[in-house]
Amino acid sequence: MAERYPGYDVLAKRNTPSWNAKTREVIDARLAVSREPRFFSPGEWRTLWALCDRIVPQPRDRAPVPLPAYVDEKLYTGQLDGYRYAQLPVQGEAWRRGLAALEAEAQSACGAPFTQLDPAQQDALLGRMQRGELTNPAWQGMPCQLFFEHRVLPDITHAYYAHPTAWNEIGFGGPASPRGYARMGLDRRDPWEAPRALPTTHGTASAQGHRSDG
Amino acid sequence: MREFRDDELVDFAVVGTGAGGAPLIARLAESGFSVVGLDAGPYYRPLEDFASDEREQSKLYWLDERIVEGANPIVMGGKNSGKAVGGSTVHFAMVSLRFRPEWFRSRSLLGYGADWPVDWREMWHYYGIAEQALRIAGPVHYPWGPWRPRYPYRAHELNGAAELLARGAEALGMRWTPTPLATVSAPRAHDHGRSPPCVYRGFCRFGCSTNAKQSQLVTFIPRALAAGAEIRDLAMVGRIEVGADGRVSGVHYHREGRWHFQRARHVVVAGYAIETPRLLLASATDRYPNGLANSSGLVGRYLMTQSNQAVFGTMAQEVRWYKGPPSLAVTEHWNYDDHKDFFGGYCWMAQGPLPVEWATIQTSARGLWGQALRDAMEKYNYQVGLKMVGEMLPDERNRVTLAEEKDQYGLRVARIHYSWGANDKALIQHALDQMQMSLEAVGARDLFRQEDDTNHLAGTARMGTDPASSVVNPDGRSWDIPNLWVCDGSVFPTTGGVNPSLTITSLALRMADRIRALAARSEL
Repeated sequence: MAERYPGYDVLAKRNTPSWNAKTREVIDARLAVSREPRFFSPGEWRTLWALCDRIVPQPRDRAPVPLPAYVDEKLYTGQLDGYRYAQLPVQGEAWRRGLAALEAEAQSACGAPFTQLDPAQQDALLGRMQRGELTNPAWQGMPCQLFFEHRVLPDITHAYYAHPTAWNEIGFGGPASPRGYARMGLDRRDPWEAPRALPTTHGTASAQGHRSDG
Repeated sequence: MREFRDDELVDFAVVGTGAGGAPLIARLAESGFSVVGLDAGPYYRPLEDFASDEREQSKLYWLDERIVEGANPIVMGGKNSGKAVGGSTVHFAMVSLRFRPEWFRSRSLLGYGADWPVDWREMWHYYGIAEQALRIAGPVHYPWGPWRPRYPYRAHELNGAAELLARGAEALGMRWTPTPLATVSAPRAHDHGRSPPCVYRGFCRFGCSTNAKQSQLVTFIPRALAAGAEIRDLAMVGRIEVGADGRVSGVHYHREGRWHFQRARHVVVAGYAIETPRLLLASATDRYPNGLANSSGLVGRYLMTQSNQAVFGTMAQEVRWYKGPPSLAVTEHWNYDDHKDFFGGYCWMAQGPLPVEWATIQTSARGLWGQALRDAMEKYNYQVGLKMVGEMLPDERNRVTLAEEKDQYGLRVARIHYSWGANDKALIQHALDQMQMSLEAVGARDLFRQEDDTNHLAGTARMGTDPASSVVNPDGRSWDIPNLWVCDGSVFPTTGGVNPSLTITSLALRMADRIRALAARSEL
């Protein structure tokens, strides 16, 4: 995978004035997340891994950010969002029902478990979920597009973009207290920020997609 | 800190310690009243407790369950609710703007909404006091509205995102200015602490870990303690008690695993536009079966949010918008100056979403996931955006009620119904078009719109001059129960087209003076 910011590592700032003690404690805990499910069953766990691999596909030349572990942690510890659409059940119930429905949809569409579909088939199914086209009785009345938009996407992508690995990929400065920044203007950069990205960053999305998948 | 016993009859029990509660608590205590401020959230020490991290710092938000519905359900949480001593000012973006004078009489002068029962000149006086108390950093000359003095602290320098707002505004012939912000641009020595100048770390909306931000937590709360008030944290008020005489007698609150009762001569509800009506409704008795202060039937009604749509694009240059306060430049727009065909005003500001929020925008506004999401996110350092704060009109159908479902305290959760009106949609589309032109003028490419976002809240306990059409009088005192008051954004009859926190604080300062005047006349 071509890196945009080669050599940049947010974690290298851990012992600099950019990280206060509380930040070190919080990020240490994040990196030490439990890799075993405490909320999900083994079957749900496998489906969730397959789902996370499609929502945020990760390069194969590094260990993946364990996205299902963060979803599991959120549900196990009961971290809420502050709101819930009236048509959705509470978050744990929504996830259990949604994963079961995804498996039921995979069986009826392809005759195989979701985990064994190829990525194109998985994406096609998820696209139908996003568009609200899935109607298997296993949804039990839960609108599939609301589940996708308000459970699947935020719970998985928030976990990814709260991880230092993702910060390195996008060139985010990361934790910044108490030092902060001195150079704020356009095209200005402090020495403790990611160096300027490789010029390839400005390719089109599709061109980047092809290269990133290599 | 002075502490009161539950069975001590205090003069005021104030429920909520945010932009409305904290200044009221401080000013009442400084006037000699005995005051207990209760807050459902913790009393944080930012230097020790705050990380530079979006996810960890969501602990500052009100994340308890709330059910949202309607044609345009309001996303609750970070942008409109706080659960900490200091309320949402602990994580607000510090934007400190005055409402335009005409907005206080929008019904009479502009033909929409409702008039405020408070004169704009009186508000102007209290805005000045609030700006001094919060040491607002802003320009020498503010380009819109009647004259105001220069801000106490010099304006902050612009970051890349703000430079682009300025460049776009100038290309379109619009005025712009560095945003007046509640974070100090030079050291401040408080009576009870110190604030170093802002270091531009960019995590403002996730709590300031250096105390540069002039939140209630570092301004009026220390003043309140110094004046002898008690701040009781982790105290969730679940019910206001009504005595046999029909007056309130104190509050039931949950703390350390059990329910307590604090006696009080007066109760002030300052929980903001969801928790305030929730508490008033949940305190219903046989005498007041529809909830307290609700003879008008308007408690919970006329909920307003503000439109918060945005346009984003990609620059050829690095912007790195994660540095500095997110909204360092602003341009205001007033519909009655330039003949738009809708009511209300709006402003827009530069933006600086951090990665999790930026991912949320990609997934919600564009529906991106998979490799397309990753590709979009990798342009992070080149992104630029403009985001509006727009006025939405009061509509009694937008409201807060109680659901059957209960929360961790055993209290019924709030059910929040919201739908935009035709005027709201027209204002949003106008703003989106303007913001898009501004971004095009600076050469941003691959523009996209975030069409569905909202932020601040108001309404649900509106003030007025008629008991039939308002919940509280111009002093924030309920029409029905003379020792029950409301002091937060709930009392707004209209919500204006700029961020509301400075107006909430200014109203609270006014309310404290009014209470002192009433007490002097034995009318309390």
